[in-house]
Amino acid sequence: MGPQHPSTHGVLRVILTVDGEWVVSAEPEIGYLHRGFEKLAEMRAYEQTIFLSDRWDYLSSMSNNLAMSLAIEALLEIQVPERAQWIRMLVAELQRIASHLVFIAAYGLDMGAMTPFFYCFREREKVVWLFEMLCGARLTYHYVRIGGVAADLPEGFIEALEAIIPQLKSGFDEIDELLLYNPIFIERTRGIGIIDPQLAVNYGLSGPMIRASGIPYDVRRCHPYLFYDAVEWDVVVHDACDCWARVWVRSQEMRQSLRIVEQVVERLKGIPSGNVSAKIPRPIRPKKGDCYVAIESSRGELGVYIVSDGSQKPYRVKIRGPSFVNLSIAQRVLPGAKIADLVAILGSFDLVMGEVDR
Amino acid sequence: MPLSVDQLEKKIREGAKGIPLSFSVGRNGLEVHADRDYLVELCKFLCDDPELQFDYLRCLSAVDWFEEGQMEVVYHLYSMKQGHGLVVKVRIGREDPRLPSVSNIWATANWHEREAYDLFGIVFEGHPDLRRILLPQDWVGHPLRKDYSYDPVEFDEEYASKVRRGEIA
Repeated sequence: MGPQHPSTHGVLRVILTVDGEWVVSAEPEIGYLHRGFEKLAEMRAYEQTIFLSDRWDYLSSMSNNLAMSLAIEALLEIQVPERAQWIRMLVAELQRIASHLVFIAAYGLDMGAMTPFFYCFREREKVVWLFEMLCGARLTYHYVRIGGVAADLPEGFIEALEAIIPQLKSGFDEIDELLLYNPIFIERTRGIGIIDPQLAVNYGLSGPMIRASGIPYDVRRCHPYLFYDAVEWDVVVHDACDCWARVWVRSQEMRQSLRIVEQVVERLKGIPSGNVSAKIPRPIRPKKGDCYVAIESSRGELGVYIVSDGSQKPYRVKIRGPSFVNLSIAQRVLPGAKIADLVAILGSFDLVMGEVDR
Repeated sequence: MPLSVDQLEKKIREGAKGIPLSFSVGRNGLEVHADRDYLVELCKFLCDDPELQFDYLRCLSAVDWFEEGQMEVVYHLYSMKQGHGLVVKVRIGREDPRLPSVSNIWATANWHEREAYDLFGIVFEGHPDLRRILLPQDWVGHPLRKDYSYDPVEFDEEYASKVRRGEIA
């Protein structure tokens, strides 16, 4: 199957052995999108590595920027201004909403449901439009940077955001009705692609994949960063362990993200605008040392392990992409499934090949 | 209940008797520097001990310390039940780097180790399926090693003009 197959959302090849309608073994072949970011980062100054991060998981560039910035800031041991931290949280959560909407849209499409796609993209467009207002870009933002964010919120941003929050809320309900609680969709995704909790932990899954297997592991809760412990939100968990649960978790997470966004907006109103970037030394030359920093991106634990040798370029950058780790369980889950369910199971992983191959 | 850095160190010192270890504290908490010959034994203990329960391997990274002539593999561990973390570091010789695989303990190590083999040439002994993962199977060399030589393709003006003139198809 693949490397060009409409349901792989990128270039993924799966070598299948089948017995009639049943899958006997499945071996994912990856690397088609390998661009060598880890090597590229070693050859660039710290500031220049942020724009590379836009291209890992191209559906949540804000999260990538954030992970890379946090890692470098941890090496530099600098404090980011409060307002910048709240803005970072705001964009990270909006990004999660945009990314999950793409997942639901594409997953519906994989299952043959065309209509929800348009509803999802209608809602996503509103979020992307906000990002465009923020930094002029629609996909690769380069907005979160070392020391803070590129610029303060533009005039009219908060008003525009507040206007779309109720629209998004009713949009989510509409999409749920169309797809998530649609009897045909439930029939199609219930009880397939079962990943039991122990297996999920052993395979290092993260994000909605592990939470749909009943494990409440969320980097925002387990290893808090920014101000996630200062706002109220719930870790969404479902214990059905199947494909439908993974969609349900993402659908509920968008609502939790919106809940965080609402609280962040209230906080932002109380902080005077202006100071959104810490003073950082130029050139950036962190002390010798290493650190591993992880955030909860839209797909799970996005970790950056960065080693400094005291020069202007990072000595080593390792990117722990959640999609890469999540895909590794395919070898274990796909055998025993029917060919017809293959797309349903693989689709529910929410893979972004840019992040798998890096 | 998560154990503190001191408690973790005490617990590991007591439990892993006979395994040569040294400890330090880094940005991610306690770091254990282990010896390659005892790595599997140590990891099994870390994973199975009821008070430690490091059942989740967050990340496995390789680092090429070219000047020291060493390769380093770093394991970032976490315990889902206890909520504490640990870093395990192993250093091996740079020439012919070999390390026992931990993929029997944490299945997630399977792909991480394949990646480290692909990009650094570290051979993980006992790995069920040690093949290149990101690069094509016939690739020569391991690009993330510091001595990897590559020729950047430079723009050849003469060649380009020949193509433009139609002399080269």
